[in-house]
Amino acid sequence: MSPERSVPSRFGGLVALAMLASNAVADESSLRLKPAADVELVRARCSSCHSIDYIQMNGGFLKRAGWDAEVRKMIKVMGAPVPDGEVERIIEYLATQYGVP
Amino acid sequence: MTSRRRLLGGLLGTAATAGLGPLAREALAGLPGGTLESEVLEALPGKQPLLKRAYRPPNYESPLATFGDVITPNDRFFVRWHLMNIPEVAAADWRLALGADGNAQTIELTLEQLKRDFEPVELVAVCQCSGNRRGLSDPHVPGVEWGYGAMGNARWRGARLKDVLSRIGVPKDAVEVAFDGGDSAPLEATPDFRKSIPIWKALDESTLIAYEMNGAPLPHWNGFPARIVVPGWTATYWMKQVVSIRVLTKPLGGFWMSTAYRIPKGKFPQVDRFVSQEAEATTPITEMVVNSLITSPADGQRVDARSPLVIRGIAWDGGAGIRRVDVSTDEGRSWKAAELGIDLGRYSFRPWQYRHRGAPRGPLTILARATNAQGSTQVEELIFNGPGYHNNVPHRVTVHVA
Repeated sequence: MSPERSVPSRFGGLVALAMLASNAVADESSLRLKPAADVELVRARCSSCHSIDYIQMNGGFLKRAGWDAEVRKMIKVMGAPVPDGEVERIIEYLATQYGVP
Repeated sequence: MTSRRRLLGGLLGTAATAGLGPLAREALAGLPGGTLESEVLEALPGKQPLLKRAYRPPNYESPLATFGDVITPNDRFFVRWHLMNIPEVAAADWRLALGADGNAQTIELTLEQLKRDFEPVELVAVCQCSGNRRGLSDPHVPGVEWGYGAMGNARWRGARLKDVLSRIGVPKDAVEVAFDGGDSAPLEATPDFRKSIPIWKALDESTLIAYEMNGAPLPHWNGFPARIVVPGWTATYWMKQVVSIRVLTKPLGGFWMSTAYRIPKGKFPQVDRFVSQEAEATTPITEMVVNSLITSPADGQRVDARSPLVIRGIAWDGGAGIRRVDVSTDEGRSWKAAELGIDLGRYSFRPWQYRHRGAPRGPLTILARATNAQGSTQVEELIFNGPGYHNNVPHRVTVHVA
Protein backbone atom coordinates (compact mmCIF):
# COMPACT_ATOMS: atom_id res chain seq x y z
CA MET A 1 0.00 0.00 0.00
CA SER A 2 1.16 3.51 -0.69
CA PRO A 3 2.30 5.34 2.43
CA GLU A 4 -0.23 8.12 1.89
CA ARG A 5 -3.00 5.60 2.50
CA SER A 6 -1.99 5.32 6.11
CA VAL A 7 -3.08 8.87 6.93
CA PRO A 8 -6.57 9.23 8.42
CA SER A 9 -9.19 8.41 5.82
CA ARG A 10 -10.92 11.77 5.93
CA PHE A 11 -7.72 13.33 4.63
CA GLY A 12 -6.42 10.35 2.68
CA GLY A 13 -7.92 11.15 -0.68
CA LEU A 14 -6.81 14.74 -0.64
CA VAL A 15 -3.29 14.01 0.51
CA ALA A 16 -2.91 11.24 -2.05
CA LEU A 17 -4.15 13.44 -4.85
CA ALA A 18 -1.89 16.27 -3.83
CA MET A 19 1.13 13.98 -3.73
CA LEU A 20 0.32 12.46 -7.07
CA ALA A 21 -0.32 15.80 -8.64
CA SER A 22 2.83 17.43 -7.35
CA ASN A 23 4.83 14.38 -8.26
CA ALA A 24 3.54 14.33 -11.80
CA VAL A 25 3.87 18.08 -12.31
CA ALA A 26 7.37 18.28 -10.84
CA ASP A 27 8.60 15.36 -12.88
CA GLU A 28 7.08 16.43 -16.15
CA SER A 29 8.09 20.04 -15.87
CA SER A 30 11.70 18.92 -16.07
CA LEU A 31 11.13 17.43 -19.52
CA ARG A 32 12.40 19.49 -22.42
CA LEU A 33 11.79 18.86 -26.07
CA LYS A 34 14.49 19.95 -28.50
CA PRO A 35 14.03 23.62 -29.39
CA ALA A 36 12.94 24.06 -32.99
CA ALA A 37 10.05 25.51 -34.94
CA ASP A 38 6.68 24.24 -33.68
CA VAL A 39 8.06 22.74 -30.48
CA GLU A 40 5.29 24.46 -28.50
CA LEU A 41 2.66 23.16 -30.88
CA VAL A 42 3.95 19.61 -30.42
CA ARG A 43 4.06 19.98 -26.65
CA ALA A 44 0.52 21.36 -26.56
CA ARG A 45 -1.07 18.76 -28.82
CA CYS A 46 0.74 15.67 -27.52
CA SER A 47 0.82 16.34 -23.80
CA SER A 48 -2.91 16.43 -23.16
CA CYS A 49 -2.91 12.62 -23.03
CA HIS A 50 0.70 11.67 -22.32
CA SER A 51 3.97 13.09 -21.06
CA ILE A 52 6.40 14.13 -23.75
CA ASP A 53 8.99 11.57 -22.68
CA TYR A 54 7.02 9.22 -24.98
CA ILE A 55 8.56 11.28 -27.79
CA GLN A 56 12.04 11.30 -26.26
CA MET A 57 11.94 7.56 -25.52
CA ASN A 58 11.20 6.86 -29.18
CA GLY A 59 13.90 9.24 -30.38
CA GLY A 60 16.69 8.28 -32.72
CA PHE A 61 15.40 5.44 -34.83
CA LEU A 62 12.14 6.30 -36.61
CA LYS A 63 12.24 7.60 -40.17
CA ARG A 64 9.79 10.24 -41.30
CA ALA A 65 7.31 7.55 -42.34
CA GLY A 66 7.50 6.11 -38.83
CA TRP A 67 6.70 9.44 -37.16
CA ASP A 68 4.00 10.06 -39.75
CA ALA A 69 2.37 6.76 -38.82
CA GLU A 70 2.60 7.51 -35.08
CA VAL A 71 1.00 10.94 -35.42
CA ARG A 72 -1.81 9.60 -37.61
CA LYS A 73 -2.39 6.74 -35.18
CA MET A 74 -2.76 9.23 -32.34
CA ILE A 75 -5.35 11.15 -34.37
CA LYS A 76 -7.28 8.30 -35.99
CA VAL A 77 -7.09 5.65 -33.29
CA MET A 78 -6.58 7.57 -30.05
CA GLY A 79 -8.76 10.49 -31.06
CA ALA A 80 -6.24 13.30 -30.64
CA PRO A 81 -7.99 16.51 -31.78
CA VAL A 82 -5.39 17.93 -34.16
CA PRO A 83 -6.58 20.37 -36.86
CA ASP A 84 -5.65 19.29 -40.40
CA GLY A 85 -3.30 22.24 -40.86
CA GLU A 86 -1.16 21.20 -37.91
CA VAL A 87 -0.60 17.55 -38.76
CA GLU A 88 2.26 18.07 -41.20
CA ARG A 89 3.92 20.62 -38.89
CA ILE A 90 3.92 18.12 -36.03
CA ILE A 91 5.31 15.36 -38.24
CA GLU A 92 7.97 17.74 -39.56
CA TYR A 93 9.12 18.61 -36.04
CA LEU A 94 9.25 14.98 -34.89
CA ALA A 95 10.96 13.73 -38.05
CA THR A 96 13.64 16.40 -37.98
CA GLN A 97 14.24 16.52 -34.20
CA TYR A 98 13.60 12.91 -33.11
CA GLY A 99 13.88 10.95 -36.35
CA VAL A 100 16.57 9.57 -38.61
CA PRO A 101 17.01 10.17 -42.34
CA MET B 1 24.79 11.30 -19.04
CA THR B 2 23.34 12.26 -15.69
CA SER B 3 20.57 9.73 -16.02
CA ARG B 4 23.01 6.97 -16.89
CA ARG B 5 25.13 7.75 -13.87
CA ARG B 6 22.04 7.65 -11.69
CA LEU B 7 21.12 4.30 -13.14
CA LEU B 8 24.57 2.87 -12.58
CA GLY B 9 24.66 4.20 -9.07
CA GLY B 10 21.39 2.47 -8.40
CA LEU B 11 22.38 -0.83 -9.90
CA LEU B 12 25.86 -1.09 -8.59
CA GLY B 13 25.52 0.76 -5.34
CA THR B 14 28.70 2.50 -4.30
CA ALA B 15 30.92 0.54 -6.69
CA ALA B 16 33.60 2.51 -8.44
CA THR B 17 31.39 3.43 -11.35
CA ALA B 18 34.12 5.44 -13.03
CA GLY B 19 35.93 2.22 -13.89
CA LEU B 20 32.83 0.15 -14.50
CA GLY B 21 30.85 2.78 -16.35
CA PRO B 22 31.59 2.06 -19.98
CA LEU B 23 31.20 -1.70 -19.48
CA ALA B 24 28.14 -1.51 -17.27
CA ARG B 25 26.36 0.47 -19.96
CA GLU B 26 26.68 -2.43 -22.36
CA ALA B 27 23.62 -4.06 -20.82
CA LEU B 28 21.63 -1.10 -21.99
CA ALA B 29 23.41 -0.58 -25.27
CA GLY B 30 20.59 -2.27 -27.16
CA LEU B 31 18.04 0.38 -26.15
CA PRO B 32 17.32 3.34 -28.44
CA GLY B 33 19.45 6.42 -27.82
CA GLY B 34 16.43 8.49 -26.90
CA THR B 35 15.39 5.89 -24.34
CA LEU B 36 18.76 5.98 -22.61
CA GLU B 37 18.78 9.77 -22.59
CA SER B 38 15.35 10.02 -21.00
CA GLU B 39 15.84 7.18 -18.51
CA VAL B 40 15.95 8.07 -14.82
CA LEU B 41 15.54 6.12 -11.60
CA GLU B 42 12.48 7.58 -9.89
CA ALA B 43 10.14 6.45 -7.14
CA LEU B 44 6.39 6.62 -7.54
CA PRO B 45 4.58 7.12 -4.19
CA GLY B 46 4.88 3.88 -2.25
CA LYS B 47 7.46 2.44 -4.62
CA GLN B 48 11.22 2.08 -4.60
CA PRO B 49 13.07 3.85 -7.42
CA LEU B 50 12.37 2.17 -10.73
CA LEU B 51 13.54 2.92 -14.25
CA LYS B 52 11.19 5.56 -15.59
CA ARG B 53 10.23 5.04 -19.21
CA ALA B 54 7.30 7.48 -19.14
CA TYR B 55 5.67 9.61 -16.45
CA ARG B 56 2.10 9.79 -17.76
CA PRO B 57 0.57 7.28 -18.16
CA PRO B 58 3.16 5.86 -15.76
CA ASN B 59 5.46 3.22 -17.18
CA TYR B 60 8.34 2.14 -14.94
CA GLU B 61 10.43 -1.01 -15.09
CA SER B 62 12.34 -2.89 -12.42
CA PRO B 63 16.14 -2.59 -12.53
CA LEU B 64 17.81 -5.87 -13.45
CA ALA B 65 19.19 -6.29 -9.93
CA THR B 66 15.59 -6.72 -8.70
CA PHE B 67 15.50 -10.23 -10.15
CA GLY B 68 18.11 -11.61 -7.81
CA ASP B 69 15.09 -12.45 -5.64
CA VAL B 70 12.77 -15.11 -7.04
CA ILE B 71 9.79 -13.20 -5.65
CA THR B 72 9.62 -9.59 -6.77
CA PRO B 73 8.79 -7.27 -3.85
CA ASN B 74 5.63 -5.20 -4.30
CA ASP B 75 7.49 -1.93 -4.02
CA ARG B 76 9.90 -2.93 -6.78
CA PHE B 77 7.30 -4.43 -9.11
CA PHE B 78 7.06 -2.81 -12.55
CA VAL B 79 4.27 -0.35 -13.40
CA ARG B 80 2.49 -0.17 -16.74
CA TRP B 81 -0.65 1.80 -17.64
CA HIS B 82 -2.21 2.65 -20.99
CA LEU B 83 -4.45 5.57 -19.96
CA MET B 84 -3.51 8.48 -17.74
CA ASN B 85 -6.52 8.81 -15.42
CA ILE B 86 -5.94 6.25 -12.70
CA PRO B 87 -8.38 6.69 -9.83
CA GLU B 88 -7.35 6.31 -6.22
CA VAL B 89 -9.73 3.57 -5.17
CA ALA B 90 -10.95 3.24 -1.58
CA ALA B 91 -11.48 -0.41 -0.71
CA ALA B 92 -14.89 0.29 0.86
CA ASP B 93 -16.15 2.08 -2.27
CA TRP B 94 -14.97 -0.45 -4.82
CA ARG B 95 -17.57 -2.57 -6.60
CA LEU B 96 -17.09 -5.35 -9.12
CA ALA B 97 -19.95 -5.59 -11.63
CA LEU B 98 -20.68 -9.06 -13.02
CA GLY B 99 -22.73 -9.54 -16.15
CA ALA B 100 -23.38 -12.06 -18.89
CA ASP B 101 -24.81 -11.72 -22.40
CA GLY B 102 -28.42 -12.83 -22.51
CA ASN B 103 -28.84 -12.15 -18.81
CA ALA B 104 -30.50 -8.87 -17.85
CA GLN B 105 -29.23 -9.16 -14.30
CA THR B 106 -26.07 -7.47 -13.04
CA ILE B 107 -24.46 -8.55 -9.79
CA GLU B 108 -22.26 -6.27 -7.74
CA LEU B 109 -19.64 -7.61 -5.38
CA THR B 110 -17.82 -5.70 -2.67
CA LEU B 111 -14.22 -6.45 -1.79
CA GLU B 112 -15.41 -8.05 1.44
CA GLN B 113 -17.75 -10.36 -0.48
CA LEU B 114 -15.01 -11.30 -2.92
CA LYS B 115 -12.79 -12.28 -0.01
CA ARG B 116 -15.47 -13.93 2.10
CA ASP B 117 -17.80 -15.68 -0.35
CA PHE B 118 -15.26 -17.51 -2.49
CA GLU B 119 -12.54 -19.98 -1.60
CA PRO B 120 -9.19 -18.14 -1.50
CA VAL B 121 -6.52 -19.54 -3.78
CA GLU B 122 -2.80 -18.78 -3.73
CA LEU B 123 -0.31 -19.26 -6.51
CA VAL B 124 2.99 -17.81 -7.66
CA ALA B 125 2.96 -16.45 -11.18
CA VAL B 126 5.04 -14.27 -13.46
CA CYS B 127 3.36 -11.10 -14.66
CA GLN B 128 5.23 -9.97 -17.76
CA CYS B 129 4.28 -7.16 -20.09
CA SER B 130 3.81 -8.39 -23.66
CA GLY B 131 6.30 -5.74 -24.73
CA ASN B 132 9.04 -6.59 -22.25
CA ARG B 133 12.40 -6.22 -24.06
CA ARG B 134 10.75 -4.25 -26.89
CA GLY B 135 13.53 -1.69 -26.59
CA LEU B 136 16.03 -4.38 -27.58
CA SER B 137 14.27 -5.12 -30.86
CA ASP B 138 16.56 -4.91 -33.88
CA PRO B 139 15.53 -2.90 -35.77
CA HIS B 140 13.83 -0.76 -33.13
CA VAL B 141 10.05 -0.49 -33.15
CA PRO B 142 7.93 2.30 -31.62
CA GLY B 143 6.23 1.89 -28.27
CA VAL B 144 7.27 1.84 -24.63
CA GLU B 145 10.94 0.96 -24.95
CA TRP B 146 11.29 -1.64 -22.21
CA GLY B 147 14.55 -3.27 -21.29
CA TYR B 148 14.48 -6.50 -19.27
CA GLY B 149 12.40 -5.33 -16.32
CA ALA B 150 8.75 -5.07 -17.37
CA MET B 151 8.00 -8.21 -15.42
CA GLY B 152 7.74 -9.55 -11.89
CA ASN B 153 6.95 -12.72 -9.99
CA ALA B 154 4.50 -12.59 -7.09
CA ARG B 155 2.43 -14.82 -4.84
CA TRP B 156 -1.14 -13.89 -5.75
CA ARG B 157 -4.11 -14.60 -3.53
CA GLY B 158 -7.66 -14.25 -4.69
CA ALA B 159 -10.86 -15.91 -5.81
CA ARG B 160 -11.01 -18.22 -8.79
CA LEU B 161 -12.60 -16.37 -11.69
CA LYS B 162 -14.66 -19.49 -12.46
CA ASP B 163 -16.13 -19.48 -8.95
CA VAL B 164 -17.13 -15.84 -9.29
CA LEU B 165 -18.56 -16.43 -12.77
CA SER B 166 -20.77 -19.19 -11.43
CA ARG B 167 -22.55 -16.49 -9.40
CA ILE B 168 -23.82 -14.84 -12.60
CA GLY B 169 -23.97 -18.05 -14.64
CA VAL B 170 -22.05 -18.92 -17.80
CA PRO B 171 -24.29 -19.26 -20.87
CA LYS B 172 -23.75 -22.38 -22.99
CA ASP B 173 -22.72 -20.31 -26.01
CA ALA B 174 -20.18 -18.16 -24.10
CA VAL B 175 -16.97 -17.50 -26.06
CA GLU B 176 -15.05 -14.96 -24.01
CA VAL B 177 -14.94 -13.17 -20.68
CA ALA B 178 -14.24 -9.43 -20.86
CA PHE B 179 -12.63 -7.19 -18.25
CA ASP B 180 -12.69 -3.44 -17.74
CA GLY B 181 -10.59 -1.47 -15.27
CA GLY B 182 -11.09 1.83 -13.48
CA ASP B 183 -8.62 3.74 -15.64
CA SER B 184 -9.71 6.12 -18.38
CA ALA B 185 -8.39 8.54 -20.96
CA PRO B 186 -9.01 12.30 -20.85
CA LEU B 187 -10.57 12.16 -24.31
CA GLU B 188 -13.90 10.46 -24.98
CA ALA B 189 -12.60 9.38 -28.37
CA THR B 190 -9.73 7.28 -26.97
CA PRO B 191 -10.57 3.57 -26.91
CA ASP B 192 -11.14 2.43 -23.34
CA PHE B 193 -8.71 -0.27 -22.26
CA ARG B 194 -10.81 -3.45 -22.21
CA LYS B 195 -9.55 -6.98 -22.68
CA SER B 196 -11.04 -10.44 -22.97
CA ILE B 197 -9.81 -14.01 -22.65
CA PRO B 198 -11.34 -17.14 -24.16
CA ILE B 199 -13.91 -18.89 -22.02
CA TRP B 200 -11.69 -21.95 -21.55
CA LYS B 201 -8.95 -19.82 -20.01
CA ALA B 202 -11.47 -17.92 -17.88
CA LEU B 203 -12.68 -21.23 -16.42
CA ASP B 204 -9.14 -22.46 -15.75
CA GLU B 205 -8.53 -23.31 -12.07
CA SER B 206 -5.57 -20.93 -11.98
CA THR B 207 -7.22 -17.81 -13.39
CA LEU B 208 -7.90 -15.51 -10.43
CA ILE B 209 -9.32 -12.22 -9.30
CA ALA B 210 -6.44 -11.36 -6.98
CA TYR B 211 -6.75 -9.03 -3.99
CA GLU B 212 -3.40 -9.83 -2.40
CA MET B 213 0.12 -9.74 -3.74
CA ASN B 214 2.91 -11.25 -1.66
CA GLY B 215 0.74 -11.24 1.45
CA ALA B 216 -0.28 -7.58 1.19
CA PRO B 217 -2.97 -5.62 -0.60
CA LEU B 218 -1.99 -4.82 -4.19
CA PRO B 219 -0.14 -1.52 -4.53
CA HIS B 220 -2.21 1.21 -6.16
CA TRP B 221 0.14 1.14 -9.15
CA ASN B 222 -0.36 -2.61 -9.60
CA GLY B 223 -4.14 -2.53 -9.55
CA PHE B 224 -5.49 -2.04 -6.02
CA PRO B 225 -7.86 -3.36 -4.86
CA ALA B 226 -8.18 -6.27 -7.30
CA ARG B 227 -6.76 -7.38 -10.60
CA ILE B 228 -7.16 -10.33 -12.92
CA VAL B 229 -4.36 -12.89 -12.81
CA VAL B 230 -3.98 -15.05 -15.92
CA PRO B 231 -1.03 -17.32 -15.11
CA GLY B 232 1.15 -18.12 -18.09
CA TRP B 233 -0.28 -15.37 -20.26
CA THR B 234 1.23 -11.96 -20.85
CA ALA B 235 0.13 -9.13 -18.58
CA THR B 236 -2.12 -7.41 -21.12
CA TYR B 237 -4.93 -9.67 -19.86
CA TRP B 238 -4.19 -9.08 -16.15
CA MET B 239 -6.67 -6.21 -15.86
CA LYS B 240 -5.74 -3.85 -13.03
CA GLN B 241 -8.36 -2.14 -10.84
CA VAL B 242 -10.91 -4.45 -12.43
CA VAL B 243 -14.41 -2.98 -12.07
CA SER B 244 -16.39 -5.04 -14.56
CA ILE B 245 -16.40 -8.65 -15.74
CA ARG B 246 -18.76 -9.80 -18.45
CA VAL B 247 -19.33 -13.19 -20.06
CA LEU B 248 -19.65 -12.68 -23.82
CA THR B 249 -21.37 -14.78 -26.48
CA LYS B 250 -19.65 -12.72 -29.20
CA PRO B 251 -15.96 -11.75 -29.45
CA LEU B 252 -14.93 -8.44 -27.87
CA GLY B 253 -14.06 -5.77 -30.44
CA GLY B 254 -12.09 -2.57 -30.10
CA PHE B 255 -8.55 -1.39 -30.70
CA TRP B 256 -6.97 -3.23 -27.76
CA MET B 257 -8.21 -6.60 -29.02
CA SER B 258 -8.47 -6.24 -32.79
CA THR B 259 -5.34 -4.21 -33.51
CA ALA B 260 -3.04 -4.18 -30.48
CA TYR B 261 -1.44 -7.11 -28.69
CA ARG B 262 -1.42 -9.36 -31.72
CA ILE B 263 1.38 -11.47 -33.15
CA PRO B 264 1.89 -12.74 -36.69
CA LYS B 265 0.44 -16.21 -37.12
CA GLY B 266 2.83 -19.11 -37.41
CA LYS B 267 6.00 -17.33 -36.37
CA PHE B 268 6.07 -18.29 -32.70
CA PRO B 269 5.72 -21.67 -30.99
CA GLN B 270 2.34 -20.72 -29.55
CA VAL B 271 0.31 -23.46 -27.90
CA ASP B 272 -2.64 -21.60 -26.35
CA ARG B 273 -5.07 -20.54 -29.05
CA PHE B 274 -7.59 -17.73 -28.82
CA VAL B 275 -9.78 -18.92 -31.65
CA SER B 276 -12.57 -16.34 -31.41
CA GLN B 277 -10.04 -13.53 -31.97
CA GLU B 278 -7.94 -15.11 -34.70
CA ALA B 279 -7.64 -13.16 -37.96
CA GLU B 280 -6.11 -14.09 -41.29
CA ALA B 281 -2.60 -12.86 -40.57
CA THR B 282 -2.51 -12.25 -36.83
CA THR B 283 -3.67 -13.78 -33.59
CA PRO B 284 -3.75 -12.39 -30.04
CA ILE B 285 -0.61 -12.88 -28.00
CA THR B 286 -1.34 -15.54 -25.37
CA GLU B 287 1.20 -17.43 -23.31
CA MET B 288 4.74 -16.21 -22.63
CA VAL B 289 7.57 -17.78 -24.59
CA VAL B 290 10.25 -19.64 -22.64
CA ASN B 291 12.85 -17.19 -21.45
CA SER B 292 15.65 -16.59 -18.95
CA LEU B 293 17.72 -13.84 -17.42
CA ILE B 294 21.20 -13.73 -15.89
CA THR B 295 20.90 -11.88 -12.59
CA SER B 296 24.48 -12.26 -11.40
CA PRO B 297 27.14 -11.31 -12.23
CA ALA B 298 26.10 -7.99 -13.70
CA ASP B 299 27.18 -6.95 -17.14
CA GLY B 300 30.51 -5.16 -16.90
CA GLN B 301 31.33 -6.50 -13.45
CA ARG B 302 34.91 -7.42 -12.53
CA VAL B 303 35.20 -10.93 -11.13
CA ASP B 304 38.02 -12.64 -9.29
CA ALA B 305 39.98 -15.13 -11.41
CA ARG B 306 41.04 -17.09 -8.31
CA SER B 307 37.57 -18.26 -7.26
CA PRO B 308 34.84 -20.07 -9.19
CA LEU B 309 32.37 -17.74 -10.83
CA VAL B 310 28.82 -18.41 -9.63
CA ILE B 311 26.40 -17.48 -12.38
CA ARG B 312 22.80 -17.04 -11.22
CA GLY B 313 19.56 -16.33 -12.94
CA ILE B 314 15.88 -17.07 -13.42
CA ALA B 315 13.87 -18.85 -16.09
CA TRP B 316 10.16 -18.92 -16.87
CA ASP B 317 7.66 -19.83 -19.56
CA GLY B 318 3.94 -19.90 -20.27
CA GLY B 319 3.11 -22.52 -17.69
CA ALA B 320 4.56 -25.79 -18.99
CA GLY B 321 7.35 -25.37 -16.45
CA ILE B 322 11.11 -25.08 -16.82
CA ARG B 323 12.88 -28.37 -17.53
CA ARG B 324 16.45 -27.16 -17.87
CA VAL B 325 18.68 -24.14 -18.16
CA ASP B 326 22.01 -24.23 -19.95
CA VAL B 327 24.86 -21.78 -19.77
CA SER B 328 27.46 -21.03 -22.43
CA THR B 329 30.73 -19.21 -21.98
CA ASP B 330 31.90 -19.67 -25.58
CA GLU B 331 29.33 -17.71 -27.57
CA GLY B 332 26.91 -20.61 -27.77
CA ARG B 333 29.26 -23.24 -29.21
CA SER B 334 28.83 -25.42 -26.14
CA TRP B 335 26.32 -25.45 -23.31
CA LYS B 336 26.51 -26.75 -19.74
CA ALA B 337 23.52 -27.61 -17.58
CA ALA B 338 22.80 -25.24 -14.72
CA GLU B 339 21.39 -26.44 -11.42
CA LEU B 340 17.72 -25.58 -10.98
CA GLY B 341 16.65 -24.00 -7.68
CA ILE B 342 13.43 -23.87 -5.71
CA ASP B 343 10.26 -24.81 -7.61
CA LEU B 344 7.43 -22.45 -6.65
CA GLY B 345 5.12 -23.85 -9.31
CA ARG B 346 4.99 -23.99 -13.05
CA TYR B 347 3.96 -20.33 -13.44
CA SER B 348 6.79 -18.96 -11.29
CA PHE B 349 10.30 -17.77 -12.01
CA ARG B 350 12.61 -20.76 -11.53
CA PRO B 351 15.98 -19.76 -10.10
CA TRP B 352 19.12 -21.49 -11.39
CA GLN B 353 22.85 -21.31 -10.89
CA TYR B 354 26.00 -22.55 -12.54
CA ARG B 355 29.56 -22.58 -11.18
CA HIS B 356 32.10 -21.73 -13.82
CA ARG B 357 35.73 -22.59 -13.07
CA GLY B 358 38.99 -21.76 -14.71
CA ALA B 359 38.02 -18.74 -16.73
CA PRO B 360 41.15 -17.09 -18.14
CA ARG B 361 41.79 -13.47 -17.32
CA GLY B 362 40.08 -11.05 -19.66
CA PRO B 363 36.56 -10.58 -20.94
CA LEU B 364 34.13 -13.47 -20.53
CA THR B 365 30.73 -13.52 -22.20
CA ILE B 366 27.98 -15.57 -20.58
CA LEU B 367 24.76 -16.71 -22.27
CA ALA B 368 21.82 -18.53 -20.70
CA ARG B 369 19.16 -20.59 -22.44
CA ALA B 370 16.09 -22.17 -20.86
CA THR B 371 14.05 -25.12 -22.11
CA ASN B 372 10.54 -25.86 -20.91
CA ALA B 373 8.73 -29.13 -20.28
CA GLN B 374 7.42 -29.15 -23.84
CA GLY B 375 10.95 -28.94 -25.23
CA SER B 376 10.49 -25.36 -26.36
CA THR B 377 13.65 -23.31 -26.02
CA GLN B 378 14.94 -19.80 -26.63
CA VAL B 379 15.64 -18.59 -30.15
CA GLU B 380 19.14 -17.95 -31.46
CA GLU B 381 17.97 -14.97 -33.44
CA LEU B 382 15.16 -12.55 -32.75
CA ILE B 383 11.84 -13.36 -34.39
CA PHE B 384 11.20 -9.82 -35.53
CA ASN B 385 7.63 -8.52 -35.32
CA GLY B 386 6.27 -4.99 -35.54
CA PRO B 387 5.04 -4.64 -31.95
CA GLY B 388 8.28 -6.08 -30.53
CA TYR B 389 6.71 -8.97 -28.60
CA HIS B 390 8.13 -12.31 -27.44
CA ASN B 391 11.81 -11.38 -27.44
CA ASN B 392 13.54 -14.43 -25.98
CA VAL B 393 16.98 -14.04 -27.48
CA PRO B 394 19.40 -15.36 -24.82
CA HIS B 395 20.47 -12.71 -22.33
CA ARG B 396 24.13 -11.86 -22.68
CA VAL B 397 26.42 -10.67 -19.94
CA THR B 398 30.10 -9.81 -20.30
CA VAL B 399 32.31 -9.73 -17.24
CA HIS B 400 36.00 -9.04 -16.78
CA VAL B 401 37.96 -11.78 -15.11
CA ALA B 402 40.89 -10.26 -13.23
